[in-house]
Amino acid sequence: MTLTPLYMLLGAFFAMVAWRAVRDQGGPARRARGAFYGVLGLLFVLGDWLPPVLAGVLVLLIAVIAGFALPQQAPRSATVEATASPSKRLLLPVLAVPLLTILLSVLFLRITPAGTPLFTSQSAPLYALAIACALALTLALWLTRDHTGAALARGGDLLEVIGWAAFLPLLLAVLGTLFAQAGVGVALADLIGSWLPLDQRWVAILAYGLGMALLTMAMGNAFAAFPVIAGGIGLPYLVSVHGADPAPLAAIGMLCGYCGTLMTPMAANFNLVPVALLELRDRNAVIRAQVPTALPLLAGNLVLLGLLCFR
Amino acid sequence: MSAPWSWALLPILVVIIGFALRQHPARVVLVAAISAGAVGGMRWDEFLAALGASFLKARYLLVLVFALPVVAQVEAFGLRELSRRLIAGWRGASTGRLLLGYLFVRQIAAALGLTSLGGHAQMVRPLVAPMAEAAAEQRDPAISPEEREQVRALSAATDNVGLFFGEDLFLAFGAVLLMQSFLAENGIELSPIHIALWGIPTAVLAFVIHATRLLWRDRRRVSGPRA
Repeated sequence: MTLTPLYMLLGAFFAMVAWRAVRDQGGPARRARGAFYGVLGLLFVLGDWLPPVLAGVLVLLIAVIAGFALPQQAPRSATVEATASPSKRLLLPVLAVPLLTILLSVLFLRITPAGTPLFTSQSAPLYALAIACALALTLALWLTRDHTGAALARGGDLLEVIGWAAFLPLLLAVLGTLFAQAGVGVALADLIGSWLPLDQRWVAILAYGLGMALLTMAMGNAFAAFPVIAGGIGLPYLVSVHGADPAPLAAIGMLCGYCGTLMTPMAANFNLVPVALLELRDRNAVIRAQVPTALPLLAGNLVLLGLLCFR
Repeated sequence: MSAPWSWALLPILVVIIGFALRQHPARVVLVAAISAGAVGGMRWDEFLAALGASFLKARYLLVLVFALPVVAQVEAFGLRELSRRLIAGWRGASTGRLLLGYLFVRQIAAALGLTSLGGHAQMVRPLVAPMAEAAAEQRDPAISPEEREQVRALSAATDNVGLFFGEDLFLAFGAVLLMQSFLAENGIELSPIHIALWGIPTAVLAFVIHATRLLWRDRRRVSGPRA
């Protein structure tokens, strides 16, 4: 099953946010907000039928609107007056989302009508999350005796609080693809390789571990960095020249990359989206909270590389 | 020892300089994307098609939006206030101990492949951050707004650390399979378990380092100078 139905639902939600933004009397930058969510709605609803070049034009358009026209601050605060003594049952919908997601994704992978699985290992958790959220929303509406429209409007306001940060992970995924096509990572690995005496074992270990962390920081994704650094430094120098054990080399190298992920704004969904969600004023607050864990851990990984790859 | 300058390095420089100058991330991405297209020798239509195709392929990143109406609805009826009250009823609660418990659960669950148990929109904003903030408030009623924001940021950081250094132990996780297929392409045949097991020392180290920081934070709060 393709993801198209999920994307169409999301697109319809973005269209609703656009419509509410345009009609937001007295709100800031109504036209920019309306255009931003309207174009996103278009990309999500019609994405599977749009010619790639036209989709590219629309992507450029939302990047320009996000960078130059959207207000930096959320138009409406999502913080609302709490009732005097909220019921503990309000916890149920929130806890239902992860639990139902796990349950349903296990279940979905077992649905195999006529022997062919209905969902892939990528689509099953996504459908599971969407359906878990729908069930949890039904529960929440029943507990609060409210109607669907009100909840969707509140969800739309919350999306506007996150604002452009919610869509940054997509733009960065685009950038990662362009980086790969332009050979950015390979050029960086060449640069490291030509500068450093990699025939020294400890220099090669440092170049490999730090290279993974730095390239991950530049590209925002350890998966994109791994083939470049492992192929440029790990295999030709550490394995072939120095005789490293490839299993710990790969595993710990990838985790050096994860230390980089903790320290870069390029990993927007982990480091910038929560800044918006938690309404923090310092855009680097989450990264700042992570660096004191990431740096000692990276140093520890370099030691582990030296110890475990050469036993 | 002259380094080979390659124009392919230009997009990385754009990203580094852009973020260092604290430019708007969307503008940084825009300029970096155009420079990557230029040094990659793409024609305009190729560039736009690559832009469109990769954006459409990455749309799955936004499924977390499905959780927003649920979270917004229960928040409107006082969920965050409830999270605070739950902490107020627990004597001896502290930000560090609370986040330590969350780190442990998040990391173990992720190692078992249960990565959806957590997340910034579903768990951190409605539950973990308000609880951590309430615990900090309980210890120090005169807590400054800056410290409140630090506590919230630390909650998000704890979610990330638990996820990253738990999920890599899961055999069917993408990173493990990526490493296995990369090594296989290069003539090194290894089973996923052989690779995943080597993630354990780092996972333990990550837990120890982050847990130490969390508990250290509590100590500093208790023994620190008071106005």
